Amino acid sequence: MIGLQHYLTLAAILFSMSIAGVFINRRNLILLLMCIELMLLAVNFNFVAFSRYLGDETGQVFVFFILTVAAAEAAIGLAILVVLFRNRRSIDVQELDSMKG
Amino acid sequence: MHGIHLTIVLAPLFAAIIAGLFGRQIGRAGSHWLTILAVGLSFALSILVLKHLYWDGGQIENYTVYTWAVSDGLHMNVGFLIDRLTALMMAVVTFVSLMVHIYTIGYMTDDPGYQRFYSYISLFTFSMLMLVMANNFLQLFFGWEAVGLVSYLLIGFWLKKETAIFAGLKAFLVNRVGDFGFILGIAGVVMFAGSLDYATVFAAAGAIASQSIEIIPGREWNAMTVICILLFIGAMGKSAQAPLHVWLPDSMEGPTPISALIHAATMVTAGIFMVARMSPLFELSETALAVVVTIGAITAFSMGLLGIVQNDIKRVIAYSTLSQLGYMTVALGVSAYSAAIFHLMTHAFFKALLFLAAGSVIIAMHHEQDIRKMGGLKKYLPITYWTALIATLALVGFPGTSGFFSKDALIEAVSESHWHGQGPVYWIAYLSVLLGVFVTALYSFRMFFLVFHGEEKMDKETKSHLQETSWVVTVPLILLAIPSAVIGWFTIGPVLFADYFGDSIVVAANHDVLAYLGQSFHGSAGFMLHALLGPAVYLAAAGAGTAWYLYLKRPELPQLWRQKMSGLYDLLDNKYYFDDLYIKGFAAGGRRVGQFLWQTVDVLVIDGMLVHGTANTIGRLAGVLRQLQTGYLYHYAFAMFIGLVSFLGWLLWF
Amino acid sequence: MDLSHIILSLLTWLPISGGIAVLMAGDGGDSASSRAAGMRLLSLSVSLLTFVLSVFLYNNFDTTTASMQFVERSPWIEALNVEYFLGVDGISAPLILLTAFITPLVIIAGWDSIKERPAQYFAAFLILEGLMIGVFAALDGLLFYMFWEAMLVPMFLIIGVWGGKRRIYATMKFFLFTFLGSVLMLVAFIYLYNKAGSFNFFAFVELPLSLLEQQLIFIAFLLAFAVKVPMWPVHTWLPDAHVEAPTGGSVILAAVMLKMGGYGFVRLSLPMLPDGSMYFSGMMIALSLIAIVYIGFVALMQTDMKKLIAYSSIAHMGFVTLGFFLFWSIGSGSGAELGITGGMVQMISHGLVSGAMFLCVGVLYDRVHSRQIADYGGVANTMPIFAAFMVLFAMANAGLPGTSGFVGEFMVIIASFKANFWFAFLAASIMILGAAYTLWMVKRVIYGDVANKNVAALKDLQPREFIALGILAFAVLLVGLWPAPLVDMMSATVNELLTQISQSKL
Repeated sequence: MIGLQHYLTLAAILFSMSIAGVFINRRNLILLLMCIELMLLAVNFNFVAFSRYLGDETGQVFVFFILTVAAAEAAIGLAILVVLFRNRRSIDVQELDSMKG
Repeated sequence: MHGIHLTIVLAPLFAAIIAGLFGRQIGRAGSHWLTILAVGLSFALSILVLKHLYWDGGQIENYTVYTWAVSDGLHMNVGFLIDRLTALMMAVVTFVSLMVHIYTIGYMTDDPGYQRFYSYISLFTFSMLMLVMANNFLQLFFGWEAVGLVSYLLIGFWLKKETAIFAGLKAFLVNRVGDFGFILGIAGVVMFAGSLDYATVFAAAGAIASQSIEIIPGREWNAMTVICILLFIGAMGKSAQAPLHVWLPDSMEGPTPISALIHAATMVTAGIFMVARMSPLFELSETALAVVVTIGAITAFSMGLLGIVQNDIKRVIAYSTLSQLGYMTVALGVSAYSAAIFHLMTHAFFKALLFLAAGSVIIAMHHEQDIRKMGGLKKYLPITYWTALIATLALVGFPGTSGFFSKDALIEAVSESHWHGQGPVYWIAYLSVLLGVFVTALYSFRMFFLVFHGEEKMDKETKSHLQETSWVVTVPLILLAIPSAVIGWFTIGPVLFADYFGDSIVVAANHDVLAYLGQSFHGSAGFMLHALLGPAVYLAAAGAGTAWYLYLKRPELPQLWRQKMSGLYDLLDNKYYFDDLYIKGFAAGGRRVGQFLWQTVDVLVIDGMLVHGTANTIGRLAGVLRQLQTGYLYHYAFAMFIGLVSFLGWLLWF
Repeated sequence: MDLSHIILSLLTWLPISGGIAVLMAGDGGDSASSRAAGMRLLSLSVSLLTFVLSVFLYNNFDTTTASMQFVERSPWIEALNVEYFLGVDGISAPLILLTAFITPLVIIAGWDSIKERPAQYFAAFLILEGLMIGVFAALDGLLFYMFWEAMLVPMFLIIGVWGGKRRIYATMKFFLFTFLGSVLMLVAFIYLYNKAGSFNFFAFVELPLSLLEQQLIFIAFLLAFAVKVPMWPVHTWLPDAHVEAPTGGSVILAAVMLKMGGYGFVRLSLPMLPDGSMYFSGMMIALSLIAIVYIGFVALMQTDMKKLIAYSSIAHMGFVTLGFFLFWSIGSGSGAELGITGGMVQMISHGLVSGAMFLCVGVLYDRVHSRQIADYGGVANTMPIFAAFMVLFAMANAGLPGTSGFVGEFMVIIASFKANFWFAFLAASIMILGAAYTLWMVKRVIYGDVANKNVAALKDLQPREFIALGILAFAVLLVGLWPAPLVDMMSATVNELLTQISQSKL
């Protein structure tokens, strides 16, 4: 029987992977964006799992919200990325240090 | 009478304001006529007041003109106390001032600052009258500082003359040192008597004397002694007593009329007047009186010696003024206040005369002041010669002149003072005033002979112009010569021995040397005969004789002695190195302290270390912290993650 | 029409709104335009109207009572129990008069010596005037704090925009010093608010506080006020600010803004924290005496006229704090009232005298563009009328009787003698030091032969300069010769203050 803990474990693994992606990846900004999406997916997983477990649909409603927002976010993120590439001819994360104090 | 008092004070003030602000509009003649009329009016009314008080037996008046401020129950008023002491001072001040006003027409005739000069001397007359007519310490201090201000302005009157403006600043600052003590004394009076009014303070004198003040922990001092010494420090500044005397010789850089008016006749005697006015206080402190005697004796003798080596005609007279002020101070110290005031009065006449005569010589010599370049002026300036002779005789105490009576009475008083005095101070004082008589005669006649007799040492150009100047110069000389010659004869009896001052001057019974002398006083002629038995007259004659021998008979001798005794000569020529001490010691030291406090403490420690130090520390800290801002997104994200985890962990843990 | 109920609001907001109007209108970018001239005239009329209102305040002021007069009180932020609460007593009314008196003179003095952005310059002064009057009139802590901090902004701009070469350094120093101090005052206000439930000053005075609380609040207040006064050793911003500020800025800074510190001590520290004040009174007296003597020596060595006057301001303000804190050293018997009254009078007098001295330096600076003493000499030969004024003000600065400079110093010296001989001894040293540095400067600037061709080319005072200096000279002499009206104005309030501070809160 697949129970709540399995879903949570999967979500945790997904989340950890995406976190690791954010930290370790130093090359590609697109990968970074995808990792963030993956993080949101892991969260969605939890919402759905708890919604089912507690018998409360609110969690699933939330998932839809998050999905929409994530889509919008991805669109804006990619747009920024395009502009960035246009300006700097690179999407290498290592080179993006203009926020250095 | 109140209206008259106010007119006496305000007429010169009014004239000073008009001459000062509208000098250009009213012109030269306008300003001198206005101020002379105003001071003349003051003089006439002062005589009226004197007559009212003395001959008509008028009442002493003590009243408030207006309230300056009231705080904490302390009434600070402007008011007048008109008694015989005040009346005498008013008459002397306005008379000498009037003479100087007239004389100035001749002396300052080509000066571009003519109106300004008249404005200043009228303002001075106002200030001096405020000082002597005060009925409280506040107004006394006002007049005290106001005369100092006018003195500062007048010494620096020729504002392009570097030495003059330096002398003005010096005079003001040295006076301020005295005023520093004076204001502390006034504060002491307020503390112990709770009032500024003379009457209240004098009434509380006994109570003050029974209290003590702890200035150095563990040492109790009598409050009256402390107050009196502090007040006397003020008098030392104003009346140029050693060691605060240094400003007076330098003040001779100013125009001669003010040397006569301010730095000989009136302002410098303010200290003497003040101590006499405070006699109810000083009488209650033996210690303070001993201090007064000591300072006076030192000044009287040592400053006279300096007069012998000076070559500037005005500086010789200035040192003589210092010495004579020392005489008056000695008289104050032996409780012979009346004798001090009496000498103050005669001195005002003969010293003003001597200065104005010197001024007449200076005009005739085209502003040459070195007595080594004069000589034989007798035949060119007869009026000046005779008036100067009268002044010199009065100064050395030739029997019959005004100075003789006052000085001899003073010396007699000092000689009798030992019977109340403690120990050697009074003997030393007596010795120094006696020797001072010899010194006075020596330098006075040295100057007199070098200027009016002997070889004519001026150049041809000057000699061809030598002549007596106009009547505006000679008339004041003659008018001043009259009282210089005769006033002593007429006034010694009433002023000294007939209780002229009444309650204005209080002398403790066991101090009253003048009363003791009065027992054997039988008229002026008797006094003169009696004096011939004393040493003073002979010492004066010896001094005059020495001067004659050294400067007319054997003029090469002084030169010779100067070389033989160069050490002594240098000491005198450098005025005992007081100027060096003050200028190189205190003034330069003060500047060094200032430089240290500014550049080291203020700029280096406070600003450099504390203010900029704080700023720099914050800057450095920020420099360290900014290393954390790598600019990489993933570092920030990692930091956020770590932060989140530790926050959640903290939540779970507790 | 009865103005009494709105007079304080008028005094506060009339200059502020006038200033905003001038600011909005602007000068069209041309300082010589007729529009700029109109703005000058408008600014002057607003400030003169304010002065007329302050005369009305003086005429209707009741000197017999210690309670607040012309009170205006209405809720402002009800949720926090903050009120719009204005009122004056014998402590604040003279300072309001001083502010309203000085501002028109500053505007006259800057009439055509300001070439750059004149409208903004005058607007800044008008707004500053209103805010300063607001500080003196506010009786609610938050309102007070608001005016207090807002005041920094126009001053910051005046120094930063119209200042000298190192103006950025000076403004930063000025702002950081004063701001740092006043933030702690806000903390103290909030603490008091939490205990009292309102920001009302009277509630603060009534509030019982333990000794520790009083000590801490005293320190918080001290930092705010000591910087403003300024007391040694937090005085180093003042010489820099003065040197860089334009003439008008220096005048306002010296004449009024320094008084905020002294006012704060009498309005807040003394009545609210009697035990804390007692605890620190020894330290306060020591700092005041250090200021008097130490700064006197420092002033002696200055080569820059403005710096010299700035340092002399610090020494003279030492008398203010000395007078205020003598109470506990005098002990029983009278004398403390003289000290506090003397300190108050000294504030007014210093406002007049130092303002006048800065105006004098401004007159010279406008012509020669130098503040260095060494660049002058023999000015009296070419500017005799100016020289007369300068000597008069210098004498007032040196505390000559008959000028206002003497009155406060005399009272404080007398009071300090009652406390301790050495206090009076050190305080009276200003008689010598004050005369030394002031007159030495006068000697080098005014007297002597014409020093150089700049001095030879000097022209004497213009009518507007003559008017400004003449009015100040009149005021200096009036206060010096007849201080009774001023002293009477304060007397009842100072007595009330003395009863407050003599009652322990413990």
